[in-house]
Amino acid sequence: MSQQFSYDIAHLIGATVLMAGFGLLYQRRVFAVLNTFAFQAVALAAAAAWQAHVQHAPHLYVTAAIALLFKAMAVPFALHWLIEKLGIHRTVETALSIGWTMIVGVALVALSIMLVLPVTAAASALTRESLALAMSVVLLGMLMMITRRNAVTQVVGFMALENGLILAAVSAKGMPLVVEISIAFSVLVAMTVFGIFFFRIRERFDSLDVAYLESYRGDRS
Amino acid sequence: MLIAGALMTLPLLAVFAILAGRRDFSHGVVYAGCFVASAALLAGGLQYLGGHSGAPSAVLPLGLPWIKAHFRIDNLTALFLLIINLSAAAASAFAVGYGGHLPQRRRVTPFYPIFLLAMNLVLLADDAFTFLVAWECMSLASWLMVVSDHKDAENRRAGTVYVIMAVFGTFCLLPCFGLLAGPGGDYTFDAMRLRELGSLGGFLVALLAILGTGSKAGLVPLHAWLPLAHPAAPSHVSALMSGVMTKVALYGMIRILLDLHGELSWHWGAALMLAGGVTAVLGVLYAVLQDDLKKLLAYSTVENIGVAIIGLGLAIAFKGDGQKELAALALVASLYHMANHSVFKTLLFLGSGAVIAATGHRSLGALGGLLNRMPWTGAAFLVGAAAIASLPPLNGFVSEWLILQSLFKGPSMPHWAMKFGVPVVGAFLALAAALAATCFVRAYGIAFLGRPRSDAAAEACDVSFGMRASMAALAVACVVMGVIPVTVTDALTHVVRPLTGIDLAVSADLGWPWLSPVSATRGAYSATILVMFGLSLFAVAIFVVHRLGTQATRRADPWDCGHPEDIPESQYTGPSFAQPLRRAFGHTIFQARESVTMPEPGDTAPAKHTVSMIDPIWQGLYVPLGKAVDWIADHVNKLQYLTVRGYLLMMFGTLVFMLLVVAVRQQL
Repeated sequence: MSQQFSYDIAHLIGATVLMAGFGLLYQRRVFAVLNTFAFQAVALAAAAAWQAHVQHAPHLYVTAAIALLFKAMAVPFALHWLIEKLGIHRTVETALSIGWTMIVGVALVALSIMLVLPVTAAASALTRESLALAMSVVLLGMLMMITRRNAVTQVVGFMALENGLILAAVSAKGMPLVVEISIAFSVLVAMTVFGIFFFRIRERFDSLDVAYLESYRGDRS
Repeated sequence: MLIAGALMTLPLLAVFAILAGRRDFSHGVVYAGCFVASAALLAGGLQYLGGHSGAPSAVLPLGLPWIKAHFRIDNLTALFLLIINLSAAAASAFAVGYGGHLPQRRRVTPFYPIFLLAMNLVLLADDAFTFLVAWECMSLASWLMVVSDHKDAENRRAGTVYVIMAVFGTFCLLPCFGLLAGPGGDYTFDAMRLRELGSLGGFLVALLAILGTGSKAGLVPLHAWLPLAHPAAPSHVSALMSGVMTKVALYGMIRILLDLHGELSWHWGAALMLAGGVTAVLGVLYAVLQDDLKKLLAYSTVENIGVAIIGLGLAIAFKGDGQKELAALALVASLYHMANHSVFKTLLFLGSGAVIAATGHRSLGALGGLLNRMPWTGAAFLVGAAAIASLPPLNGFVSEWLILQSLFKGPSMPHWAMKFGVPVVGAFLALAAALAATCFVRAYGIAFLGRPRSDAAAEACDVSFGMRASMAALAVACVVMGVIPVTVTDALTHVVRPLTGIDLAVSADLGWPWLSPVSATRGAYSATILVMFGLSLFAVAIFVVHRLGTQATRRADPWDCGHPEDIPESQYTGPSFAQPLRRAFGHTIFQARESVTMPEPGDTAPAKHTVSMIDPIWQGLYVPLGKAVDWIADHVNKLQYLTVRGYLLMMFGTLVFMLLVVAVRQQL
């Protein structure tokens, strides 16, 4: 298997993760968002597995398994269950229209390519491209967090951001497993926190729109 | 040794003042201790200027462990030690009788020794860290004394303005020293002298130094705090703030601009001269319109700082041009004026303190006729007023004359800006000198001559012996520094030699006691001969009058000065004396408007004459600035109430912006 081929496959999977990031921005239904997120996690798991195979680093298989089990299955199912249980409104409420979000997303990808490629001129081509892709995924996750009103979509945005970080971690050679496990756990913790948070909001306001929280802050008279 | 011992006494005195503040005798003890310490520091300065060569220095393990505190005495430091501690000794002696009777004495006495200590440490500091710490201590100690009488709303306002301006000054000095130290971060002055500043670095250092020290000295338009804060403190502290602390600020300016900063171009000299000229004229114009005696003196300080800065600017301009001899002359004149101003301004503030102690009033409208009731204070104040009005043979004349003499050489500079600019500044200086004379004729005439304008003034009696003695000592110093100018300038040439690199002979052509700064034919002055000639003329006149005049006794009414009726309202008042000047200058500069309200026919109420004035610098600069700060604060305040998404957006926006900066810098 040639160097070029492994590079092409890694590139393909990384680009799939990025495309899934755009997909997240494009969805108008909450369940579709969750499905896209699961797809992104699967792609991430594939990326990790491929890197494990190429770099002959068996610990990355663990990362791939974590991504597959927790991110692609557990988290989407849990959110699914939460939404059904709470009877949450199932359309995505946007703060910035979807068309504009996509345009800004493209600009962010351009920015990260412009930024990463010159900085990492000394690194291998694989690392460079993957880092650019990973950074784009991170920025798109942040963009999702700020342009969507619903708390569920904000959580998904946050986890998409984590996906970007893991993608960056697996593409760099020799990253120890500790880092990935901690990242995975942080996602779980965030998941738990946000889960409790949802129940709380739901109990009080019958809605998951974070705008309802704002009138409850003590410093605003 | 002497200096170190005196400096160590001062904090002990402060501790004592805190512990024993309840006992009335403790205040006298503290001030007496301060007097002894200042006298010792004065002796230390004199001893150094008299004989030492080289610059003894010491490194003490104070402050941050890896920086240490560096101290050093050179000629400039020794001169300022003299200037500061002469006035400080007089003010401390005055305070022995004065400071213990103030109602707010327990809030003043502990900080007084700290203030003295901090000012001396600024002079002795040989690294930026020590300098700034001492500088801040000086500001804070004086601020605490300004707000000591905090029940008065005006004093609180003065304190607020003062602390803002003090923070601004230090805010300028911090980056100034940072630039001087450079990336190496060696904050000793020795390292700064050796460093080459780039053109931008040199520009910023000079600008920040002028702003930082100028705001403390009272350079227009940074003077706004000075006429508020100086009168708010008790009089012996006002004397030190006005007479001494402004000199410490000027010391800082000289130290940075002429010593630490390598090469200054003549442009900075020109800018300083212009600023000094404007400061002098505006300061005295404000002063001449004041009704509050201490405020008048504070504005007059602004004027004198302007005069000293004209000399300093001229020295920098000459030095930048390579004309070392003239630079030395201008610097000698400027330093001479600083020393003089320190002496007579301290004297005048102490005099105003004596007036307040005797009458409880500081408004000119409530004083009058004090010369008969307080002959000692009146005589000493007269000497101070004559000196500040630069009358020969007193010291104020010599320094202003020297500055004018060096200004006359300004057109010898090659730049057309200076050829034309210097005479303009000279005209400013002459105008300021004339207005200062008017100002003090008015202050002295209204306060000490005529008839009392209030019961308190009518019942005043002279102050205690210690207070009189300290004023008398300063008055003698005014006369001495005026009568033997050549001795003073000879001492000053030692000071300016390291700064300008030349040995100036101010009296080369004619020798002692003739002061001939430029050449024997261009202008020479000898106060010594003038005084001796004057005294002998006086003796001859007395002899002639008594010998040749008629011996017959003649009875007649004494001259009533044009006031046949014995009512004080028929005299000049402060505002009426200043009216011609207010009409001539105030109309445009201060927007002074007079209006007369006549009562209705049949109404027996008196007619009213009111004057409205605005402070152009306060209204034109500080008020809009304050409004701008308020506006910004109001709008930035909204950031407190953003939504969660808003905060995320802000962070995201910042991140993207930083990434963009990195990306763009890579492309370049």
